[in-house]
Amino acid sequence: MKDLKYISIKLLELIISMIFISIVIFSLLYLAPGDPARVLLGVKQVSPETLDAIRDQYHLNEPLITQYWIWLSHAVTLDFGDSIRTGESVLATCGPYLIVTLKLVLFSFLLSVILGIGLGTVSAKHKDKLSDKIISNVALVFTSAPSFAVGLLLIFIFGVKLGVLPIYGIGDGGLASDISHLLLPAITLTVAVSALLLRITRSQMLKETASDYVTFMRARAVAPYVITRSKLINASAPILTSMGLLLATLFSATLLVETTFAIPGAGGLLASSVVMKDVPVVQFLTLFLAFFIIVSQMICDFIASKIRR
Amino acid sequence: MENLQNLQIKTRSSVYKLLAHRPVLVYLSAAVLLCALVWLIFGSILAPHALDQDITLTTLSPGDDGHILGTDGLGRDVWQLLIAGTRSALIGPVLIALGSLILGLIFGFISGYFGGPLDWIISRYTDLTLAMPSLLLAIVAAGVIGGGYYVSVLVMIILYSPFDIRLIRSAVRAEVTKPYIESVKVMKIASLTIMARHILPNVVVIALVNFFLNIAYGLVSMSALSYLGLGVSPAHADWGRQLADGKNIMYENAASIIAPAIAIILVSTAINALGGYIADRFGIDTES
Repeated sequence: MKDLKYISIKLLELIISMIFISIVIFSLLYLAPGDPARVLLGVKQVSPETLDAIRDQYHLNEPLITQYWIWLSHAVTLDFGDSIRTGESVLATCGPYLIVTLKLVLFSFLLSVILGIGLGTVSAKHKDKLSDKIISNVALVFTSAPSFAVGLLLIFIFGVKLGVLPIYGIGDGGLASDISHLLLPAITLTVAVSALLLRITRSQMLKETASDYVTFMRARAVAPYVITRSKLINASAPILTSMGLLLATLFSATLLVETTFAIPGAGGLLASSVVMKDVPVVQFLTLFLAFFIIVSQMICDFIASKIRR
Repeated sequence: MENLQNLQIKTRSSVYKLLAHRPVLVYLSAAVLLCALVWLIFGSILAPHALDQDITLTTLSPGDDGHILGTDGLGRDVWQLLIAGTRSALIGPVLIALGSLILGLIFGFISGYFGGPLDWIISRYTDLTLAMPSLLLAIVAAGVIGGGYYVSVLVMIILYSPFDIRLIRSAVRAEVTKPYIESVKVMKIASLTIMARHILPNVVVIALVNFFLNIAYGLVSMSALSYLGLGVSPAHADWGRQLADGKNIMYENAASIIAPAIAIILVSTAINALGGYIADRFGIDTES
């Protein structure tokens, strides 16, 4: 019953957030200078009648509120309209790009979780020793460094100097080429975001180390790996919360990393659609990414709250 | 006001204390920031012709023709652009952190001190905005409004402030219930005086630490926008812009990406390190 209430409140919050975001994006795009109908036609010479017909087709002559209402009433049935640039439906236009982005995010999420929790545990175990100091300071540099700067340096080292990994594009779609093409971007993302998880894991593990049950287990000569496992289980709630945050950061950072590695993902599509004023695409992409970010955070928070109790 | 002055003296002497036991990292960070500051202030002397260079469209390697770091794709000197870029690398982020701090103080205090329906509205607003992907919104807003550097700064202030508001609100709330505030309240001292004289000194350190962190985040976000080609014009000297331009001439002159990349990483690490160090010394837990 309590869970049901919790979930329904969260769902309500999600809906309000989505509506709020969509209104902000919608009004921003329509108040901005530039005419979508013109963008649609490119540099072609057209008669005013044709221009009007196109404006009618995309409801561009209606007032803002009516336009928003038309969009919203279609959006709830998962019909997000047609892309102004390609003329195809928004879902068909964005689909392939989103799949690439999701692949990249998932890949680097796995890497970050392994690296962040692993190194965080090691760092806490060797507190104040050299290895801890090195890990903590490197983590500080990595949290501060913007992902695209790290990405460019990695491209230079691995692509230009060593020439061992492909630095642009996504390859032919096979699993091996997928991995080799996504490896550098995924490492870049991992470097940029895993420090967050590392620091939380380290501080939580230190907290657990100071608690009575660890002292007791030590006194009973329980095997060290068993102690570490119990500590990890007990520290998992805050770690899970930060994993939600990590996913959110990943989705933002991937937009920049994709541009750096020339990966045809949602980031590049969003940037170019913003410039071209392709309203339906921008609206859908922003909402889709925001939805993913908010929902993944909610799920992690929910599981974390279950563990805490 | 007397109390505020005392506070300033107190923080100043604490700064001395900070420097008594400093890790090497703090020294390094201070050196990096000092260097950036010199570049910022004396930029027009150190790199007088950064922005009115001849466009020759030939890329030179480091060392050629007296160009220490070579030239970029348009034949502009990378070293001079790097120095001139300090301006947009520091001024915008500092303005973002400052604006966000001011909004945070105003709304955080209103919300935390008075409570009631205003608190409810402000809290719901921060809940709503904090759940949103800020970089995503910044890209859309900066791209659509397209008003250049200072419009992006404004957008960033709006996107950053909810975090400051929430932070200061909870810091204020923690103080308001304490006996010393109860007693000055009983003395019927004006609310504004209580806030400025009695609560502010206890909130100012946490706000200051966050101010530092916001500068570092601001630097990363602003250079991310200019990296995507939003926010600054192509003629502008900006490290993010330099990275985007240098991407295509990596084989001809690698220094054109390595130099600005390292500049951004160093400055943002230095600011974070100093902020984290101050937080440590004042016993503020930045981890949770």
